[in-house]
Amino acid sequence: MSEFLLAWLTVLPSYAAPLLLAGLGLVLSERAGVLNLAPEGMMAVGAMTGALTVLGGHDPWTGVLAGVAAGTALSLGFGLAVVVFRAEQTLAGLATVALGLGITGVIGRAHVQKPFEGLARLSETGWGADLPRLIGQQTLLIPVALVLLVAVWWVLFRTAAGLRLRAVGEDPAAADVAGANVQAIQLAAVLGSGALCGLAGAYLSVASAHVWVEGMVAGRGWVVVALVIFARWRPAGVLWGALLFGGTEALTLRLQAVGVDFPVYLGAMLPYALTLVVLTIASLRRGASSGEPSALGFIYLRQDKH
Amino acid sequence: MTAGADAPTPVARPGPHEGTGRAPALLLRGIDKAFDGKPALTDAGFRLEWGEVHALVGENGAGKSTIMNIAAAVYAADAGEVVVDGRDVPLKNPADAIAAGIGMVHQHFRLVGRFSVAENVALSLGGAGRKCSVAEAARLVREKAAEIGFRLDPAARIETLSVAEQQRAEILKVLLLGAGILVLDEPTAVLTEDEAQALLSLVKGLAGQGHAVVLITHKLREVAGYCDRITVMRQGRTVLAEAPIASVTMEEVARHAVGETSPAPVRSAAESAGAEVLALKGLSIARAGGGLAVDGLSLSLRAGEILGIAGVGGNGQSELVACLNGLLSVAGGHLDINGVDMTRASIAARRAAGLRVIPADRFDSAMARGLTLAENLAMTEVPTGAYGGAFRLRRGAMRKAAEQAIADREIRGGGPATQAALLSGGNAQKLLLARELAGGARVIVAHSPSRGLDMRAARAVHVALVEAVAQGAACLLVSEELEEVIALSHRITVMNRGALSAPLNAAEATPARLGELMVGHA
Repeated sequence: MSEFLLAWLTVLPSYAAPLLLAGLGLVLSERAGVLNLAPEGMMAVGAMTGALTVLGGHDPWTGVLAGVAAGTALSLGFGLAVVVFRAEQTLAGLATVALGLGITGVIGRAHVQKPFEGLARLSETGWGADLPRLIGQQTLLIPVALVLLVAVWWVLFRTAAGLRLRAVGEDPAAADVAGANVQAIQLAAVLGSGALCGLAGAYLSVASAHVWVEGMVAGRGWVVVALVIFARWRPAGVLWGALLFGGTEALTLRLQAVGVDFPVYLGAMLPYALTLVVLTIASLRRGASSGEPSALGFIYLRQDKH
Repeated sequence: MTAGADAPTPVARPGPHEGTGRAPALLLRGIDKAFDGKPALTDAGFRLEWGEVHALVGENGAGKSTIMNIAAAVYAADAGEVVVDGRDVPLKNPADAIAAGIGMVHQHFRLVGRFSVAENVALSLGGAGRKCSVAEAARLVREKAAEIGFRLDPAARIETLSVAEQQRAEILKVLLLGAGILVLDEPTAVLTEDEAQALLSLVKGLAGQGHAVVLITHKLREVAGYCDRITVMRQGRTVLAEAPIASVTMEEVARHAVGETSPAPVRSAAESAGAEVLALKGLSIARAGGGLAVDGLSLSLRAGEILGIAGVGGNGQSELVACLNGLLSVAGGHLDINGVDMTRASIAARRAAGLRVIPADRFDSAMARGLTLAENLAMTEVPTGAYGGAFRLRRGAMRKAAEQAIADREIRGGGPATQAALLSGGNAQKLLLARELAGGARVIVAHSPSRGLDMRAARAVHVALVEAVAQGAACLLVSEELEEVIALSHRITVMNRGALSAPLNAAEATPARLGELMVGHA
């Protein structure tokens, strides 16, 4: 039993980390009032770009950075559409998902199912050989994700820039009067969310699977959208949500691995069933305690001066 | 000033009423401003000295808020000059006005509700180019609050504060931004009497410290004791400038504000009250944010009369009208129409009983912008089958009815196929009246029916209401325009904090009497 528990805890971080990273990205964007439904697409381009970079003969860390850049690039298109051209945020988000999945389908077709040497586990590096298995099996991206968690919290709640970003998401008119550049802040927040979603995608291919497969994001982007609601748009909540969702996914896979007679489709369904439960609970407490930014999805136009 | 060493330095200023040699705090000269071609200000002027509290008085639409919004750079003037403390400063956007030391406290506070007082202050200081942590902002708030003599918890979230406390937070914020000139737009409108007294004492104290303060108000009586001088505006012009408060009487001010040449208003015919058609018995309505918006309100409305409900907006009028319409549910009490209990009746049932509502915002809950005039006119009659059955609408009949209504009501600016959104405010209101007053109207609830209309359109609205009542309908006229209420109503009551005063007959209802009831001595 303890062996099973240890095995589960060992794989858990690699299931939780992509959700954590993309969730932090969504917190950034949605705290600034931009509803971001596009993580599924942004993660896909991040995963594919990361894999193709490594397959092209580059260092895995270069692959990770390429994934970040790809996610950021896709989010630039989304950001321009919603912030500058004031497109409807739900539709623009869905279009961005379609775009991201389409791009990865076309460009990545020639490279599917080619395994490559991904990020090294800590135990495989020279100085990490005698770490306990729980830690030694992780890549360096896990501590990086935790540092990013603290960084996002710090920026949002302890810096002047974060104060302004949250003001834009709560009351863009008041933020505007207080001298904040609403559009610039929203665009920056969207780009930040694209970078983090791209990193989450690169994690899937470069750190975890060591292969590119079309559709490898497999709905995690949608889980993240729900997870952020569950987290009440708080970075710490995103961590708990990522552990809960990632843990559920890891658990069903571990159960199958040890041969427990557990219907495979039921297991595959569990994260999404959990999403439904979480959304239902979240909608019940909507209002004062939901933590939803007041101006989320609202397109701000300074009232025309007469 | 005893602010901390690194507190923002306010504009240097002398004590009260010293420095006759000093340039005025604010000088506006020859200001013209038009909105969509309609002049709002014509050669208007205003002069404010350091150390004084200056009341800027006028009726709704007199231009008093507009001229101050020009000083605060919310609007740009079409012509004229703005001189701040002797310097001709270009005021292009609100940040320029803040930098020049002008702070305006609008009727709707510019505060982030979810943020604490300190966070809001830090946000604004940061936006004005002064880096400031939330902890520092909290210290500044505490110091400034102590200095001017009130308590405010810097860590309190804005949305948990009362309106009066939010107003204090806004004033503090503006002062910490370095405002030497403080403009308060209708500051007492949202306050209880005690709160208003406290605010006015505070303002007086600020002037004593050398600030210059403008109070924009239409309730001079309330602020008179705290002001040094008064300026009156009427129809976009300054009609009485910088009069010392001791040298003018209330009657003189009222005459200047209203003017002696106002056109003869529409008058109702003598009352011919018939059967009771609308009765409210102890009606209570919950407020969205908790508490009661309307508390145990009773009234009786008879066929053939207009009952006016005067009062400052925000005292429960909107909730009352929405509740009569069936949009808000009742928290307690009863609502009878034609003697039948309709407390929980559907909107359709209320309409069938003859209830018609003219809401204050016609496009919000009465008409659809994107539909044509003919469709808007037919909208309420389609469910009755007047324009054909479920599978085929008789568009020809709709068009004919619309042509008729457009001719009868003299609606200009479009035909039956024109989109409603293209009509001017006055014509849109005529369209709404054409629909609501046609056939079967027994109880008409009109909420600010002439709001935003020019005089001719307002007159047409008044004529339509008076005619409908002469033909046997009853009208509940809810309005902030005292003149309108006095001219049209047979009986008048005042709504104040969710309750009604005892109705006065038209003869007893002088503006002074109603004004007293509005500020809540009742």
